[in-house]
Amino acid sequence: MKKLLLATAVLALGTSLATAQTVRLGTEGAFPPYNFINDKGEVDGFERKLGDELCKRASLTCEWTTNEWDSIIPNLQSGNYDVIIAGMTITDEREKIINFSENYIPPTMSAYMALTPDVDVKTGVISAQIATTQAGYVAESSATLLEFASPDETVAAVRNGEADAVFADKDYLAPIAAESNGALVMLAEEVPIGDGVGLGMRESDTELKAKFDAAIQSMKADGTLNALIVEYFGETAVTF
Amino acid sequence: MFAYCADPSTVDGLSWLACYLTTGKHFDFYWSFVVVLLLLAITAPLALGMGFLGAMASRSPVLPLRWLGRTYTAMVRGVPDIVFFLFFVIALDQGLEWLLHQIVCPDWDQPIRQGTEFRVCPEAKIPSGNANAFWYQVDGFMRAVVTFALVFGAFAANVIYGAMQAVPRSQLETAEAYGMSHRQVFRRVLVPQMWVFALPGLSNLWVILIKATPLLFLLGVQDIVYYARELGGSKTSIYEYPHPDWRLWYFLALMVFYLLATYVSEKVLGRLTTRLSRGQATAAGEAMRKAGT
Repeated sequence: MKKLLLATAVLALGTSLATAQTVRLGTEGAFPPYNFINDKGEVDGFERKLGDELCKRASLTCEWTTNEWDSIIPNLQSGNYDVIIAGMTITDEREKIINFSENYIPPTMSAYMALTPDVDVKTGVISAQIATTQAGYVAESSATLLEFASPDETVAAVRNGEADAVFADKDYLAPIAAESNGALVMLAEEVPIGDGVGLGMRESDTELKAKFDAAIQSMKADGTLNALIVEYFGETAVTF
Repeated sequence: MFAYCADPSTVDGLSWLACYLTTGKHFDFYWSFVVVLLLLAITAPLALGMGFLGAMASRSPVLPLRWLGRTYTAMVRGVPDIVFFLFFVIALDQGLEWLLHQIVCPDWDQPIRQGTEFRVCPEAKIPSGNANAFWYQVDGFMRAVVTFALVFGAFAANVIYGAMQAVPRSQLETAEAYGMSHRQVFRRVLVPQMWVFALPGLSNLWVILIKATPLLFLLGVQDIVYYARELGGSKTSIYEYPHPDWRLWYFLALMVFYLLATYVSEKVLGRLTTRLSRGQATAAGEAMRKAGT
């Protein structure tokens, strides 16, 4: 036991003396076009490009890792990674336990998607992902909430009839509806939720937040952020 | 992998399928089968070892040791596996980091627990913040192995304890009459004869262990269940290989894998039981004696 402890201590000391501290970025990997795992097995999407660019501007070495959505905040608190970059909407409830950077996507709409356009979203069964702002919204309305761990399960529930409609970020649902050959349609009702998407960080990491805020601001100032948003979310996307 | 896969939108039919099944992500999926088999290969002997220690402790004449053995067995068997996995893995992770923190950063003035955060000094993080992604996977895997070994070790301890008690007392008395010391009796008579009684219970545990490997998915290790879900979900055209919901096929493949693994295990363990029953005073041993083997 002692030898093992000594060995790990030496190893840890050795590696830490070698390079500057790497910043680990945690993402979900199941939420295109924000973040997904492409067919080569790498993290890809809007947030991959954004994260790499922000790290370059903040002169940080960054490593990507993925984590399931419902344990993404607790694992940040435990130190598995340093930043959450996973399409996480800034809300007051989340502000209480973690720090958010400036938003890098302006507040967008959440929308419903169903098999037919005449679903009553106030009273039907609505599927949503666990621990999202949308799930909270449905829970507080008079509809019945059906929660799933990952976003594509919420859509699968609508396809197989378990749920009447799915309530999620419009940017996630729109491409799915567009490619479904009319099987899935977006409903007319849209709801604005949250203050845009931002990076989540531990409350004690104030220095890191300052670095990322500066990097985001520089991207907003020279227009690269807007260009990136249009590239991934289309011409009609809301920009800064 | 194939030359015509460079532009997936131009191929269709079987060629598309061939390209699809040979993407980088699919190779990760195939590797995860190896990871699961590796988990089984490492956990089984570890669990057996823990079971042996637990059984010996439970039979020990030393009272504290006996309490330790019995408590370990009862506690782990009494808590649902999932609860144990979710709690113990985090406890192990934080416990080791805390210990390392005490050794490596004695002059750290900030408290480790700040609100809901758990912050140790950067040198005490396991694995180190600068380690590349592979070490994180290894770390997750090893924590899973330790937790599996602990849980299945407790069950194995119970089985081995029962097997040790089942060895006929006359055998042990005869050995003692020959003047063998307690250790010699244990090593030469008790353990070899215990196996035939332990094997049904242990083979049962082995099959349960095979079927429990999806718990790796709960621990965040990228195992076959993770990849089946990830690959099977319907994919829009932002991916190179869009497809509808194919989870049925992926989970069918998993089912075939598990059935194959348990079938092969049953065959091997059956042969082992036959071999160990030779000369024993059990029904199987008696049947072999009558058959003239």
